Amino acid sequence: EEGSGAMGGSASLIPRDLLGEYQELTFLSKQEILLAYKRFSELLPKEERENACSARVPKSQILTLPELRANPFQHRICHVFSTSENRDDMSFEDFLDMLSVFSDSATSDIKSHYAFRIFDFDDDGTLDRKDLEQLVNCLTGQGEESQLSSAEMEQLIQNILEESDIDKDGTINLSEFQHVVSRSPDFASSFKIVL
Amino acid sequence: EEPHGAAPVDFLQELPSCQSARRRRGGTQERRPALRGTASSRGAAARELLPERGELPHRPAREHPDCMAEKRRMRNSQQAKTEQLSRWKKWKRASSKSLKKALSEVKGLSSYLVLWRHDIHSIEGKFGTGIQSYFSFLRFLVLLNFIIFILMFSFVTLPTIISKYGIFNSTIAYISPKNIEDICTIYEPNGNKGLVYFYTYLKDLLSGTGFLEVTSLFYGYYSIDAVWISIMRYNLPLAYLLATFAYLALSFLWIIKRSVEGFKHNLVHDADPFQSYCNKVFAGWDFCITDPHAARLKHRSLQYELQMDLQEEKLKQKIAERRMEEKLRIYSLRIFINIIVIAILSGCFYSIYRVTVFSQENSSVSIRNDTRTDLVNLLVQYLPSIVITLANFIGPLIFSFLIRFEDYTPAFEIKLTLLRCVFVRLANIGVLLFSLWSQISDCGSDKCKPCGYNYKLYPCWESDVGQEMYKLMIFDFIVILAVALFMDFPRKLLVTHCSCKLVQWFGHKEFEISDNVLEIIYGQTICWIGAFFSPLLPAIATIKYFIIFYIKKIVLIHTRKPAARPIRASSSNFFFLVVLLIGLLLAFIPLGVSIARIPSSKACGPFRNFNTSWEVIPDTILKFPTGLQQVLFGMASEAFAVPFFVILCIIMFYVIALARAHKRVVEQLREQLVLESRDKTFLIRKIAEAQ
Repeated sequence: EEGSGAMGGSASLIPRDLLGEYQELTFLSKQEILLAYKRFSELLPKEERENACSARVPKSQILTLPELRANPFQHRICHVFSTSENRDDMSFEDFLDMLSVFSDSATSDIKSHYAFRIFDFDDDGTLDRKDLEQLVNCLTGQGEESQLSSAEMEQLIQNILEESDIDKDGTINLSEFQHVVSRSPDFASSFKIVL
Repeated sequence: EEPHGAAPVDFLQELPSCQSARRRRGGTQERRPALRGTASSRGAAARELLPERGELPHRPAREHPDCMAEKRRMRNSQQAKTEQLSRWKKWKRASSKSLKKALSEVKGLSSYLVLWRHDIHSIEGKFGTGIQSYFSFLRFLVLLNFIIFILMFSFVTLPTIISKYGIFNSTIAYISPKNIEDICTIYEPNGNKGLVYFYTYLKDLLSGTGFLEVTSLFYGYYSIDAVWISIMRYNLPLAYLLATFAYLALSFLWIIKRSVEGFKHNLVHDADPFQSYCNKVFAGWDFCITDPHAARLKHRSLQYELQMDLQEEKLKQKIAERRMEEKLRIYSLRIFINIIVIAILSGCFYSIYRVTVFSQENSSVSIRNDTRTDLVNLLVQYLPSIVITLANFIGPLIFSFLIRFEDYTPAFEIKLTLLRCVFVRLANIGVLLFSLWSQISDCGSDKCKPCGYNYKLYPCWESDVGQEMYKLMIFDFIVILAVALFMDFPRKLLVTHCSCKLVQWFGHKEFEISDNVLEIIYGQTICWIGAFFSPLLPAIATIKYFIIFYIKKIVLIHTRKPAARPIRASSSNFFFLVVLLIGLLLAFIPLGVSIARIPSSKACGPFRNFNTSWEVIPDTILKFPTGLQQVLFGMASEAFAVPFFVILCIIMFYVIALARAHKRVVEQLREQLVLESRDKTFLIRKIAEAQ
């Protein structure tokens, strides 16, 4: 995915000290940051490409990226990583933050933290039954015939809570989530986006 | 179980545990503008209360779950703090930082060297991590075979070639054999001297005889006792044996390392981590999928899997409530079906044995006159491979048919069928080798009195075994190619263009991961066994797997129908490596028997002057200084082995007892947590009532 010619061009658009800073503050390597810059500036209209570092891209544009367009959690991802008031656009630094969390070298602590935020659909700091129901519906797909029946959903949520709710309060808080995910062998390999 | 709605929410926000969780989260409040005012002040108050702030370990800024602006602020404050430290600590921090930077640069560069990085990445994007794990496994096998080839080549083949052509002033030393009858040392392989027809070359290429038999591909080429390179003496027999042990040990350690790497989970908990619902729901979606079609398939397979698991749970409950008569009926049915399975397996093994004996007795290499006889000859030589491939194909079909009657849960059905298929494939190789040995050691009418083996038919029996392994490998490769070309593509064309109902019901071929994996593990086991008898076999295996990667990739992209039941990357990785390990351990047995039990052939090979191949090692040890000799013999004696074994047992029991104690503590702590939570909600309710 990386062409050295394009890299040469975009390397001159990120100042070197900023590049070093991004390398220090994220888990991305230099090539990955430059590639992210290239893909981010492609989302902007031509006039704004010069100062892509300070531009903001609306959510609708971000969701056209192939890495996100097939993802059922695309709206939650944009919502969690955006730093604006309305949470509907992303700056380049938000984009880098997102790629950093989803990269190969991010710690599992960070990944589980952000996974918790993404799955917390109502943003109240815990995963309750409604959050879990929405999560399962996202997994099985939108549409009437692809959702589980209410009896199956009940049984499934009961099983999930039994496995992960340690203090038996009916919700999963951050530490319980991190604990159950640390013992999940598939989490590290599935929670990954590489451009 | 009291819903939180019963208690006022801001109470809970003020609890110290909530504060410390929020402090660990860092700048969460920055991302929630509504609560910004109240929460950050609360956070600040909490920070004053908790004394741990100052002793926060030096976590690099990027490990804080914050937005970029917060991380920048944190890094600047950390840097401001380091200004106050002593010069030594400053230098230490700076040097560790630059070291980390250098390491990440190296890692970035070395990622370019990874083979097939782009191909596997695109497969992952289209088909998910389950199928990608199969291709990563193929890549691992290519690398493993390449390293084994380098090992055998540089320690065994290269010195031989150097000495045979006299490069670097090297000469070969032949030690005259003592106490060996002359009749055992006669060995005249047909090197195809003189004018021959072209098809003889082709035939020789396919069966490893003729001109191939005298090349460095087979054991017979290495009939050298030592190589003198200027003044250094290179003990080729010892090098040959040690290189064999080295590649076996290398494979073993590498597989173990890989299986531990991808399998970091807690063994304390009883439940199976692969089957846990939390694993399937929280880690269910592959975030790397980029193709909308693949995403649709993934949604469907996730739905199917969750529904199957829920049904299976209900089935388990039903099974637990079975009555006595039911149980008796089912157990007797299972015993009966297992007997049928064993009978089928014995039938397979017996037919392989008979076919091998027939093939060995009736294939003669020296007839070159008649084309027809040559073709029939080739067929007879390939008969064991053909029968084994048929058995490997039919066996799994029969097993998957029979297991339906045994009434297991679906997950266990899959595991048991897989286990039986693995057993069939690996045992077939074992039976082939056993039948070969029974031929070689066939001492019926004093045929092997002088030499210890059947010297008339097998003057150089290691080359013969090497040829059989070579034929197995070539035939395996041909079968994979043929199935891809003549079964997968026509099937796809038929299904796409012909719309008659029967064909549509037949459908596209699913990419069955387990079948494909068993195929390549079977090939790898052959390579491990055969590398001792044919040192260049790993090179052939490397090329074979290299080509298979591209074949399988093209087949996958064009037939495009992943299996209905989703394959998870971690459980498939674990499964591949466990079966590979079983293959390796099974490969130890034939090699051990050949090296230590069967007398090595006296007419060819580096072990002509020894009774068995293993004898090189005691021979070399006897030439060591006496002190070292005594130490080594002491280590191999019972006086050392028994106390060592007893100590190992004690350590093992200790560790098991420790694990049990930890488990008990974990259970107690869990119960305490539940009680604490109940206390908390009770107290909050009381406070709310009192207000």
